[in-house]
Amino acid sequence: MSAKIRKIATFLEETRIEMGRTVDPPVRRAVAVAVIENPFAGKYVEDLSELMAIGEELGELLTRRAVNALAVDPTTVESYGKAAAVGENGELEHAAAVLHPKLGAPVRKLLGKGAALIPSSKKRGGMGVALDIPLGHKDAAFVRSHFDGMEVRINDAPRANEIMVAIAVTDSGRPLPRVGGLTKEQIKGEDGLR
Amino acid sequence: MPEVQIRKRLISIEEIFHEGGPVAHMPLRRAAALAVIHNPFAGKYVENISGFMDDLKPLGVEMANALVAALGGDVKTVEGYGKGAIVGSAGELEHGALWHVPGGYAMREVLGGAKAIVASTKKVGGPGTRLDVPVTHINASYVRSHFDAMEIGISDAPRADELLLALVMTTGARVHARVGGLKASDIKGEDGLR
Repeated sequence: MSAKIRKIATFLEETRIEMGRTVDPPVRRAVAVAVIENPFAGKYVEDLSELMAIGEELGELLTRRAVNALAVDPTTVESYGKAAAVGENGELEHAAAVLHPKLGAPVRKLLGKGAALIPSSKKRGGMGVALDIPLGHKDAAFVRSHFDGMEVRINDAPRANEIMVAIAVTDSGRPLPRVGGLTKEQIKGEDGLR
Repeated sequence: MPEVQIRKRLISIEEIFHEGGPVAHMPLRRAAALAVIHNPFAGKYVENISGFMDDLKPLGVEMANALVAALGGDVKTVEGYGKGAIVGSAGELEHGALWHVPGGYAMREVLGGAKAIVASTKKVGGPGTRLDVPVTHINASYVRSHFDAMEIGISDAPRADELLLALVMTTGARVHARVGGLKASDIKGEDGLR
């Protein structure tokens, strides 16, 4: 069964100046969010495979939307992240079922690579709850300039019987990175870490 | 007058399929364009500020065009609009009022001479402040199905010496509009009201 989607929202953020300094080219982050019905709201269900299948479907749909918002070649995406907020009648495990087993494969297929773990966060909350989506470099988790986060919220979601699922992609790291660590030029890209 | 310094821009698009009722044949789409700019009058009382409205005109046109593009590129699909501003804590409400002319006229111009007044709101607030931007029909303010609003905001804006400027466009009526009143199909389109 496929996701019953009430709403899809995309956000494209472009930072041009940070602390008075011009950021050239601007750093750009995009996130796509789907608000779906939670098929298991209000009851304990042992087998969550339906939500896992929904995760696979949303992995493709939301990545496509977010990359389209960035308007770049998908293979040039530099960092990514994912998150979900479950409405009050659901379980945290429902977010886990959407995010973890199957969502990542279509994301990586679209982006061409993605050796690194997709950073994630989840929570339960009411309408308007803020999701802070962790971001990390898609091929090497230790690239320090790309450790970041993006806040997203939708004022009327999630309702009690809904789940809000978000995928974020960027074409850059933080605006003015200067705390050292592994740089993107040094990536080997073999183990997903360095 | 000072030049417009943009720190950040954000485009968000919502696509609403249903709200508990029948799924719409064409989902309602709402888009917001936000710009975070330096407030040249922050921290002091300046009597003569109105010249800054002219400086904001190109930004207004750019944002209006970005909204049309975000909604698919055809101005004929745009049926509702609104605008708003959030003034950082070192500014005054009057600085938000500078957005009325450049924001409103830009949308009318880009939409090819929309007749209705552009609904608006403004406030002073800190980073993360949310603003409910009112939305009404572009050619007749009394079209009841198109009375709407879109909540906007950015977690790190406006800072004390910034202005967050917003324009909103929508593609139609509320997704389950059914409370009567003037219909879009019955507009005379002479006075901008009916």
